[in-house]
Amino acid sequence: MLRLRGSLRFADAHRVWSEFRAAALPPPSGGVVFDLSEVERLDGGVAALIVELQSAISCGDGTPVDLRGASADVAEILTLYGCQLGCERTPPAPVPLLTQIGAAAAEVLDEARGGLEFLGAVIVAWFSGLRRPATLSWSQIWPVLERAGADGLPIVMMFGFLVGFIMAFQGAVQLEQFGASIFVADLVGLTITRELGPLMTAIVVCGRSGAAFAAELGTMKVSEEIDALKTLGFDPLRHLVIPRILALVIALPVLTLVADVMGLVGGLLVGLFSLDLTPMAYIHETQGALELWDVTSGLLKSLAFALAIGGISCQQGLATTGGAAGVGRRTTTAVVSILFSLILIDAGFAVAFNALGV
Amino acid sequence: MSDLSPVTSGEDAQDPSDEADSSGDAPVGEPVIRVKAMTMGWGDFILQREATFTVNRGDVFVLLGGSGCGKSTLLQHLIGLQTPLAGSVEIAGLGERGPERWGEPRFRVGPPPFGVMFQSGALFGSMTVGQNLSLPLERWTDLPPDAIASLVRGRLGLVGLREFEHHYPSEISGGMKKRAAIARALALEPDLLFLDEPSAGLDPVSAVELDDLILTLNRQFGLTVVLVTHELESIFKIATRCAFLDKDSQSIIARGDPRQLRDESTDPRVRAFFNRLPRSVAEEARA
Repeated sequence: MLRLRGSLRFADAHRVWSEFRAAALPPPSGGVVFDLSEVERLDGGVAALIVELQSAISCGDGTPVDLRGASADVAEILTLYGCQLGCERTPPAPVPLLTQIGAAAAEVLDEARGGLEFLGAVIVAWFSGLRRPATLSWSQIWPVLERAGADGLPIVMMFGFLVGFIMAFQGAVQLEQFGASIFVADLVGLTITRELGPLMTAIVVCGRSGAAFAAELGTMKVSEEIDALKTLGFDPLRHLVIPRILALVIALPVLTLVADVMGLVGGLLVGLFSLDLTPMAYIHETQGALELWDVTSGLLKSLAFALAIGGISCQQGLATTGGAAGVGRRTTTAVVSILFSLILIDAGFAVAFNALGV
Repeated sequence: MSDLSPVTSGEDAQDPSDEADSSGDAPVGEPVIRVKAMTMGWGDFILQREATFTVNRGDVFVLLGGSGCGKSTLLQHLIGLQTPLAGSVEIAGLGERGPERWGEPRFRVGPPPFGVMFQSGALFGSMTVGQNLSLPLERWTDLPPDAIASLVRGRLGLVGLREFEHHYPSEISGGMKKRAAIARALALEPDLLFLDEPSAGLDPVSAVELDDLILTLNRQFGLTVVLVTHELESIFKIATRCAFLDKDSQSIIARGDPRQLRDESTDPRVRAFFNRLPRSVAEEARA
C-alpha cells in the first residue's frame, strides 16, 4: 500500500513521482493500493502524475490499481484527469533499426520525387508562360532583383576583394621563394575568374537570397497566403517561383563579374604593396594569363548556380508544413541542399571542361 | 455565372443521402454547388464518407460540427485546394470535377467564379491592404489604374476600411484583417463566397459587425455564402441552411435550417451541439 498524505502541491510533484514510481514499478503481484485518505488537497499536476502512474502500472499486464479513501474533492480532481478510465494507451513499440533505415530511405526518395515533380512543373510553367507571356508575373522580377542583386552588391564586393587579397598573400609566400612573384597575378586571375568568383558569390547569394526565398515562401505557405493566391486564380509557380529564378539568373552573373573584378583588385593591392610589383606589370601579367573563356566559363557556372539556388529554395519553401518550426526546418534544408548542389555542379563543370579541354 | 441544372426541393429530398435533412421547407434557388458522395481523407484515414449536399443560390450555407470533424477540410475540397478520395464537386461556372479530373487546367487557370476568405485572413504580408485588393483586379481585368484604385477604395469602404488602404496587414487588427480579406474575396465580383470561420477569435462587437456584413452581402448583393463556423449566435442569425458534420460517424448527420434542427432534431449529437451540452451528454443519450 502506498500512502499519500497532507496537501500535495505542484512543488511536491517531483518527490511524489520519484518516490511512488520507484515503489510501484515494477508492480508487485497482487496489485497496488494508493491510500488517499489523508490527502487534504491535491493540485492538478500531482493528480495528473498519480493518474499517469496508475496507467503505467495497469497498462503492462493489467495489474489492478486501487485508489481508496479519497475525499470528494480529491476524487473529483482525479476523475477530471481521467482516473479509473482504464488503460488508455499502450507504450509505443520500439521501432526496429531496419525499419528506421527503410523509413529514412523512403523519406529521401519522397524528397527526391518531390524535387523532380517541382522541376517538371516549373519547366512546364516556364514554357507555357513563354507561349502566353501575360500569364507570367514579370513585374515581380524587379523587387526580387533589387533585393537579391543590388542589395547584395556591397557584401559580394567585399567577399571578392578579400578572397583575391588572401589568395594573393598565400600565393606570394610560396612564389617568392622561387623568385616568381609576378605569377601571383596569374594565380589570382585564373582562380578567381574560373572558380572562386562564381562559387563564393553563389555561396553569398545562397545565404542571403536562398534562405530568404525559402523562409518567405514557407511563411506564405503556412499562413495560407499560397492558398489565397491560388483561389485568386494565380499559379504560384508563375507568380512567385519563376520571377525569383529569373531574377537570380540575371543577378548572379552580374554579381560574379563584380566579384571577379574586386578579386583582381585585391590581388593587385597585394602585388603593389607586398611584392613591390608595378601596376602595369601586374595588369599586363593578368591580361596575358586570362582568356575570355576563363571569365565566360565562370559566368556559365553562375547561371547554373542561379538555377539551383532559385529552384531549391522555392521548392523547399513551397513544401513547408507545420508552422514556424516547419519554416525553420525547410530553410535549413534549403541552404544545406543548395550548398551541396553548388559543389556538385562545380565538380560537374570541372569534369566537363577537363573532358572538353577548355 | 451559369447555373447547374435546376434541382427542386423534391429532387433534393429524393437523394438517399439527404435523408438526414430535417428541413421541411428546402430552398427553391438554383443549385450553385452540388457535392456528390464525396469521401475525403488522407491515405487510409477517412475524415468524411460520401458527403452529399447541395447549396442553392441565395443560401447562407453553414458547415458546422465539433472540432476536428472536417469542416475546414471540406471547404478546401469545395474550393479545389484538396483532392477528394472519391465523389465529385460541381460548382456553377466551373463544372464538375472528381479526383481523376482535379488537375485539369480549366480548374486551375483563370479567375475562379468564387471568392474565398481564409480563417487567418491570409492577406499578403508584403503588400498593403489596398494592394491586396488590386492584385486580382490588375491580373484579371483590363481596367485602367485609376478605375482599379477607385474600385479598391469602394470595396474597402464597404467593409469599413477605407482609411486603412495604405496599411500593411501587420498594422491592422484581426477583425480588420478578416474584413479586408472579405473585400479581397469580393474583388472580382463573384456570386459565391466561401468563408472559413469568419468570426473566430473576434470580440463580440466585431463578430456581430461581420455577421451584419455577411447578411448585407447576401441580401443586398445576392451573394451565395458558404461558411464554416461553430459560433451558434452567428449560425442562428445568418444561416439559411446548414450541414452538420460528425467526427465519429465520419458523415453528415443532419442538414437543413439550423433553427429547425435545434428545436426538432431527434439526434442527441445535434441537440447537444445546438444546446451547448457537453459531449458526454450526447454520448449518454446515444447509448
